[in-house]
Amino acid sequence: MATGELNPSHYPAQRAANVVKHYLNTRYGSPYRWVGLHKVHSANAEEVAESGRKYHLEISVQEMTGNTTEKCSAEVLFPALENQRSPQVQASCEALLTANTTAQEEALYQQYRRNHTLLSGHNLPDSYGHIDPDMKPLWHLGGVASSFVMLKESTENTLYNMAQVANVTQLETENDQLRFNYHVLLHDMVSQEIIHWKLLVTWSPAEGVKVLQMEELPKCEHCEVPPKPN
Amino acid sequence: YKYHPMSEITDWMDMIAKNYSDVASLVEYGKTYENRPISLLKIGPTTGVRKKAIWMDCGIHAREWISPAFCQYFVKQLLETYKTDSQIKEMMTNMDFYVTPVLNIDGYIYTWTTDRLWRKSRSPGALGCNCSCDCNGTDLNRNFNANWGTVGVSFNCCSQVYPGSKPLSESEAQAVVDFVEKRKDDILCFLTIHSYGQLLLVPYGHPSIAAPNYDELMKVGLAAAEAIKKVHGMEYTVGTSPDVLYANSGSSRDWARLTGINFSYTFELRDKGEHGFKLPEEQIQPTCEEAYSGAMHIISYVHDKTFKGTGSAAATATATLWMVLLAVGAALL
Repeated sequence: MATGELNPSHYPAQRAANVVKHYLNTRYGSPYRWVGLHKVHSANAEEVAESGRKYHLEISVQEMTGNTTEKCSAEVLFPALENQRSPQVQASCEALLTANTTAQEEALYQQYRRNHTLLSGHNLPDSYGHIDPDMKPLWHLGGVASSFVMLKESTENTLYNMAQVANVTQLETENDQLRFNYHVLLHDMVSQEIIHWKLLVTWSPAEGVKVLQMEELPKCEHCEVPPKPN
Repeated sequence: YKYHPMSEITDWMDMIAKNYSDVASLVEYGKTYENRPISLLKIGPTTGVRKKAIWMDCGIHAREWISPAFCQYFVKQLLETYKTDSQIKEMMTNMDFYVTPVLNIDGYIYTWTTDRLWRKSRSPGALGCNCSCDCNGTDLNRNFNANWGTVGVSFNCCSQVYPGSKPLSESEAQAVVDFVEKRKDDILCFLTIHSYGQLLLVPYGHPSIAAPNYDELMKVGLAAAEAIKKVHGMEYTVGTSPDVLYANSGSSRDWARLTGINFSYTFELRDKGEHGFKLPEEQIQPTCEEAYSGAMHIISYVHDKTFKGTGSAAATATATLWMVLLAVGAALL
């Protein structure tokens, strides 16, 4: 793997930047704030003895729910040891999340709390890429929750995106947190595999998004989990 | 603009060959594993002489629905503009366009009936495949005889990048080879259309092998990306697969280049992961418009280089001729 100054459009910088995107979603994401990667401006990698490889990145991110882009500086450490798989990220964004989503979040939160019938949805997006406007916040929330998994699972040899929310079911609110069961499909660009995960997700405007439980599922019954690429 | 199931695409291809019979014909050139005919539309007037050609294939990977949509759009654009657009008219006079809207027909149908995210062919898994679900099929874009089975593959039959039991084990890949190999001296340009990622990939997929015309491929690719950006502002990254995506082997693009087709590109269309394979139908038109612009840049470069002598080979020939004339002129003084 290359060290030193990296070509920002080449895959090592892009994969590291993708990890930063997932990290930002876990910290700042909500049904109205889903962060995407806009561009990698510069990247640098170094071997850190006994720790792994550390990337320094200057990137721009974009809120997919809006049109603004913001600059961020970030560091990603991919650990050397096999057992300690999750990368560690530090990021500071110059004006992250200037779009004020508080009102929308509050309204959605109250609306979902008041529901007498618990919400559910499936196939977001559908085969044609369509998502019902009413379901978009739950799709965004699924994307943000998936970032918790994708952050944890990322290595220098993966590039994860959420392919679909297969299923989302609202559960009873507990401790003022809205709760949802999610079944999401993640796509790893490098292996081209589709990986299924079940998530127990909580959200409130005050506490943000949290994933209480996550479990990888086999593609079908009696199957093992998918093979890793060479 | 909508996504169309295979039956509608087949009907449309028949309709095109019928309604534009002076410039379009349907050519069946192979069969899928499930014995469906693989056909392309040959676009271009018969001129009585042997013509050069452009190859475009779509739908190698079943779930990349925007890809067949683009091939259909491309054909539609040619047929709607060739009478009035003098550049298109000239290109079609000099070159035929061979467009395969869906190569992996079995897989495409499977994404409509059973699993929207299927990628591979639908041939059965090799003996010893133990799991019943994903272990059928071969990744057609790892099955070509181009450094086959070396990088970017997994020999686990359940893998999405399983390259097959051997090169060209898949009838769909064999069909392409059978058709293109016979015409390799005539085919100037080989474009293979995929999604997602917004990339223009140049040969080769193997990190240690460089195409002899890498510089020119990059120059033309970067200009094509500029053309794409002018349409709707979308950025497409240009480079070899090992640089900008991942190493791979056995791709149709690499096979075409190795066979001697100097201009061979993979297009990875929209988006960058937000919707991924499930690109919304509202984005079909803008995606096709920008991809058309990019493809046309490459095609017209190759056309002009061949027919108008704007390439350096022609310029060198012209310069040499002048030198000779001047020398002769000087000698006569």
